[in-house]
Amino acid sequence: MNTFVLALRFLRRDWRSGELRLLVLALIIAVSAVTAVGFFTDRVEQAMILQANQVMAADLVLSSSRPVPESFEQQAEALGLRTAHTLSFPSVIMHRDETQLVEVKAVSRGYPLRGELRVRTQPSAEEQSVTEPPIPGNLWGEARLMAALGLQPGDQVSLGETNLALEQILSRDSALGNSFFRLGPEVLIALEDIPKTGLVTPASRVRYRLLVAGDQTQVEAFQRWTGSRLPRGVRLEHLSSARPELRNTLDRGSRFLSLAALVAVLVAGATVALSTRRFVERQSDTSAIMRCLGASQSLILRVLLLRLLLLGLLASLLGIAGGWLAQYILAGLLSDWFGGTLPPPTPWPVLVGLGTGLITLIGFTLPPALRLGAVPPLRVLRRDLGAPPASTWLLALCALGAMALLMRWQAGDATLAGWVLLGTLGTVSLLLLVAWALIHLLRPLRHRGGTLWRQGLSGLLRDPAMTALQLSGFGLGILAMLLLVIIRVDLLDAWQRTIPERAPNHFLINIQPEDAETMGEFFRQQQIEQAGIYPMLRARLTRINASPVSPDQYQDDRAQRLVEREFNLSWAVEPQKENHIVSGHWWDASNQESPLFSVETGIAETLGIKLGDKLSFDLAGVPIEAEVSNLRQVRWDSFQPNFFVIGTPALLRDHPTNYITSFYLPPGQEALLAQLVKQYPSVTIIDVSAIMQQIREIMQRGSLAVEYVFLFTLAAGLLMLYAGIQASREHRRQESVVLRTLGMQRKGLIQAAGIEFITLGMLAGTLASLCATVTGWFIATEVFGFAFQPNAWTAIIGILGSGIAIGLAGVLATWPLTVQPPLRMLQNR
Amino acid sequence: MDTDHNPDSILVKANGVGKQVNGPGGNLTILQDVSLQLASGEVTAILGASGSGKSTLLGLLAGLDETSSGDIELFGTSLNSLNEDQRAALRAGKVGFVFQSFQLLPGMTALENVMLPLELAGVSHPAEGATEALRQVGLTDRLHHYPGQLSGGEQQRVAIARAFASGPKLLFADEPTGSLDQATGSRIIDLLFQMREQTGAALLLVTHDERLAARCDHRLQIENGQLESSA
Repeated sequence: MNTFVLALRFLRRDWRSGELRLLVLALIIAVSAVTAVGFFTDRVEQAMILQANQVMAADLVLSSSRPVPESFEQQAEALGLRTAHTLSFPSVIMHRDETQLVEVKAVSRGYPLRGELRVRTQPSAEEQSVTEPPIPGNLWGEARLMAALGLQPGDQVSLGETNLALEQILSRDSALGNSFFRLGPEVLIALEDIPKTGLVTPASRVRYRLLVAGDQTQVEAFQRWTGSRLPRGVRLEHLSSARPELRNTLDRGSRFLSLAALVAVLVAGATVALSTRRFVERQSDTSAIMRCLGASQSLILRVLLLRLLLLGLLASLLGIAGGWLAQYILAGLLSDWFGGTLPPPTPWPVLVGLGTGLITLIGFTLPPALRLGAVPPLRVLRRDLGAPPASTWLLALCALGAMALLMRWQAGDATLAGWVLLGTLGTVSLLLLVAWALIHLLRPLRHRGGTLWRQGLSGLLRDPAMTALQLSGFGLGILAMLLLVIIRVDLLDAWQRTIPERAPNHFLINIQPEDAETMGEFFRQQQIEQAGIYPMLRARLTRINASPVSPDQYQDDRAQRLVEREFNLSWAVEPQKENHIVSGHWWDASNQESPLFSVETGIAETLGIKLGDKLSFDLAGVPIEAEVSNLRQVRWDSFQPNFFVIGTPALLRDHPTNYITSFYLPPGQEALLAQLVKQYPSVTIIDVSAIMQQIREIMQRGSLAVEYVFLFTLAAGLLMLYAGIQASREHRRQESVVLRTLGMQRKGLIQAAGIEFITLGMLAGTLASLCATVTGWFIATEVFGFAFQPNAWTAIIGILGSGIAIGLAGVLATWPLTVQPPLRMLQNR
Repeated sequence: MDTDHNPDSILVKANGVGKQVNGPGGNLTILQDVSLQLASGEVTAILGASGSGKSTLLGLLAGLDETSSGDIELFGTSLNSLNEDQRAALRAGKVGFVFQSFQLLPGMTALENVMLPLELAGVSHPAEGATEALRQVGLTDRLHHYPGQLSGGEQQRVAIARAFASGPKLLFADEPTGSLDQATGSRIIDLLFQMREQTGAALLLVTHDERLAARCDHRLQIENGQLESSA
């Protein structure tokens, strides 16, 4: 007979009878969690690809902190390629007495070589595409600059020592690659205006770019030509290398979110297994009757598997739809970071959703489902004959296999997947163990208190394995939520408390030597407490002892980056207050005229620098060499200017330098910044409090997003509670009949159920609070490095909240058993 | 028991059938050396007290379980040579069952329960045959009711409709009135016999009810796992 038709008929009946609704719901939650994350990260990925294509405004970019040697431009032009220059750096725009931190981009004629510029003449005007950048004397700024400074097109603003006219509102610079995590709005000016601003000196922090575009073969020829000629510090950027650090961050973020979503899959999987077990029990009669009426074992299995497969597909599709809707909230929480709107996703997450649904279904249902074929037909005469239960080991192995497959898929890396799987197994085992212990602690309490109390507790002790499973499921969901609350609230607050109250909140960089002398007086006049003013020189590490330093020598990302870029060096007679010499000796009058270095311990460890090593630096083309005389420990969160490497005055004082300082600006005195910029136009002000606020916001929004993903886990946990109640439904029904026949009122039954589920919830809350506190302590001491003060409120809210939520859910789920008259329940058995 | 039948008309034949199971106290003999046969259109009752082995015998004759010794032929095929799936295939569409506890599927309506054997036998429009069977048992107005919404008598009528729906040659009934009051039980038996007569199917009935056994063509008494007498 047609298996498919029969499967469809059975499926319709299954659906009507509600037998598989829990299984479907659990799968929907699992697939929704995974696809919500999938759709969202896919959209971010799309945004990145889109941006990467336009981010460079060219086919190739040579980028450096110093001007790119002219020979490169000459070669490009010789090959018939078009070229343009840009120069970017952070600075401050001033209008009347207000200041705004901006990202200045000075561009030459012909910019952009690829992509486009779009501008508006008025905030409400239509967007126009333009082919040429601003002419000298004009400035284009993003709308948020206008909002921040209350500007109108035509207004004059100061940038450094010059005044520029705000001509257009920049609505789109396709090379806005830095729209991710940018500190300030971008302003576009003509390259010719740079000398007038006085902002760029040999020691300034600027990025020079040579843009190249043209015919693909010529671009490739140019790329080949640059290959071995690229000087140190000049980076060749092409499409695939655009913003690798951001790509890494997002990769990690999306992996983390995906793995977080798998926790929901795990809990939902347990529900799927529970409901399959119950389904198989109930289907045993059907199976036996079908066998009596002539159905073969394989037909029964085929029909069953086909039903499950169809259900899996249906649930996955519904889950995908759910995930599609849910990702809007995720995008709403995080999209600000990605430049507002995100492009629509590709169909890939749909496949991921279908895959997750089917793998979860197979992993968690197959062992119990296959037992259905083993139901003997004699069951129609002897009810005690049923399918032998599936081996617990086989069940665990199959579920573990499914989870391992999903984790490997989502983590995209076998080692990471292995660790996450091990971690999950460890956590689940620990939760099960503690849950088991808690249940056993309840045992003696059972004989205290009245009937309702006894009745309620006996509900928990009836099937300790099931109770332990439910406790662990909820525990996992609540643990995840509490942990994030602890990180978001407790740890961030504690971290902020470690920062001194009047810690510097503004940094001044690019202070010219002649300004450095008068600046101290300026701050004294303004009665502003200022950290010392320190010389700062930029140099690249070239050798440690005799061996040249290159990024390839280091495995560590940070070490590679440190070696690639220029260091900030300084020189000093005395060590700074917060610096603590851990080995060697600081120089004194006897040796401060010798060439010596003091190195920060962290960087020494990263780069493998030891006391007595000889370090060579390239300081704007001038080689300098000195011995490491001491290693210093630095408290970076003191917000004082600090340096990785400090030299003796004799070693560095004769080289071109500029200065850095930091100060605390009390709230309400922002006008002082304008005055400062007016008096010292070349100085760049960095508002650290804004950066800290941004970090805080990133952490808060990030953990909100993860919490949101964990809501799926909680939903899966609640569903598991319901599945657990359903599994013990027959038992509950019998008890309910007997108790009501013996005279217990409905109120009493509900109260007993309340006691049972509130206790279950509070136990799960206790379990989760314990684990969250221990983990919070670990993160605080090991990751953040400060003493952790457990917050009693987090635990109280965790325990009470989970007691109330689970209690309510449990009572609602048992309600139907209490409203039917006992006689009807007896008849329905 | 009558043995003068044309061999082609024999539907069930048991030869020296025995059944033993492993119990806590060692091997337990449930049936011993049972021989019988049932021809087309015959109605035979197996009578016996609780635990006498009559339901076990019914299960063995229907091929629901395997014998420990002896052989059973169903529709001329030795069950010993068949595995469980082959035995199921032998039953499909040709054997009907009525059980003491009705054995209706709770998730299915009356109509769907009756459709089941037709679907398994590959009948093209199972709903039509099932509706007709339910009409014959007087349940036209209960087609879409679930078992839980039907009285015990109505449930057993659905079971009878299901047993006859595929037009079986042979019907096994295990204590069909065991879960019903006397009046309802009588009506059910009347219906069962009436339907059997209409279809001409053979009926093997297991009961402890002497009055019910009296309506059958043959009676077999089983005691301590052995057939004691026949009539």
